[in-house]
Amino acid sequence: MTGFGALLARDLRLVWRRPGDVMVVLAFFVVATVLFPLGIGPETNLLARIAAGILWCAALFAALLSLERLFAADYEDGALDLLLLAPWPLELAALAKCLAHWIVTGLPLALLAPLMGLLFGLSGDGLLAVGLTLLVGTPALSLIGGLAAALTLGARRGGALLALLALPLCVPTLIFGAGAVEVVAIGEGFLTHLAILGALALLSLATLPWAIAAALRQAGE
Amino acid sequence: MTELEVTGLSCRRGGRPVVRNIAFTLARGELLALTGRNGSGKTTLLRALALLVTADAGVIRWRGADVRYDRDGWHRQIAWLGHLDGLKGDLTVAENLATACRLREAPATRVADAVAAFDLIPLANRAVRTLSAGQRRRAALARVVAAGAPLWLLDEPLNALDAPSQAALRTTLGKHLAAGGLAIAATHAPLDIPNVRILELGP
Repeated sequence: MTGFGALLARDLRLVWRRPGDVMVVLAFFVVATVLFPLGIGPETNLLARIAAGILWCAALFAALLSLERLFAADYEDGALDLLLLAPWPLELAALAKCLAHWIVTGLPLALLAPLMGLLFGLSGDGLLAVGLTLLVGTPALSLIGGLAAALTLGARRGGALLALLALPLCVPTLIFGAGAVEVVAIGEGFLTHLAILGALALLSLATLPWAIAAALRQAGE
Repeated sequence: MTELEVTGLSCRRGGRPVVRNIAFTLARGELLALTGRNGSGKTTLLRALALLVTADAGVIRWRGADVRYDRDGWHRQIAWLGHLDGLKGDLTVAENLATACRLREAPATRVADAVAAFDLIPLANRAVRTLSAGQRRRAALARVVAAGAPLWLLDEPLNALDAPSQAALRTTLGKHLAAGGLAIAATHAPLDIPNVRILELGP
């Protein structure tokens, strides 16, 4: 596990040296969500009803925005070869990279989303549902996006291709994430939705590191 | 004593065979220089030896055992210098070397020696992105030394190095070989090291 910890620490330190990259992603999330009330107008009921969908979609796009560089930087400076040559499983390296991505993107988005929910007039329970579902659901987004990022390594126009690959795979997470807030609105508990999101995240955790590692080996060839 | 034995190694790039039926052995204290024109397959051969490229045919044995059956064990024996430096621009030279050792799960005890060997002490706390190409190459070479692996795989190690740095590389490589290490270097320029064996790749 020392190699895993070293890679995680290295990636977090790299983000710390360039906080702008994360700030841009969070700023994109805020600006994108703020545009909807401006476009739709002061229809409080309508806004509260579609708030969860907007927040989840904006979080998804924001996460995708930062995923393009997840492996590309290592690919371009040769550090990927060193990961391929590290004497411990590449699957763990893939997991460490995705975990670092989640810590600097998924986690702040989950904390920020309830604040943005206030703008849409979400109830207290609704705000809690948005925050918790994003907290449980975003690890799956980081892993799915990580696979798309690994598959598009070295491709021209990799960013567009990445979104095209990742977005359909994120649909189940999106449905249950946004759905949780809707059931809260009709006065029911969202524990089922949260459990399904957790299951999706665990399923991604159990399968995707292997797929990402295979894609990275292919990129190294 | 033969440590590395390669037989019948062949590789393709983009459907075209570039490495054809390569065979050699390497004993402790030996340096093999891969020479040949551009595109003769020097880099591909090095990447195939490191298992970064899958070979079509052939066997690589390290101390008698086929390396494909113990990838991690084989990778522990290799220190790699590719044509890219593998350094993070936003980290300092010292941080890069320490991180590289931790990623190999190897002790960082040789970092200080490696930094001194390539005259990097005044640069140790500078971010790599502020260094020149030659200084970066020296930092990458120091990473190879710090890894403490028995077999060095070097792709164009003399690239971008000035005369004193080339001399430092020769001294360090000489020490490594004298201590029973092995090295394979793809190179255009002569390495000027006694007892270097040469493998000319065609066409």
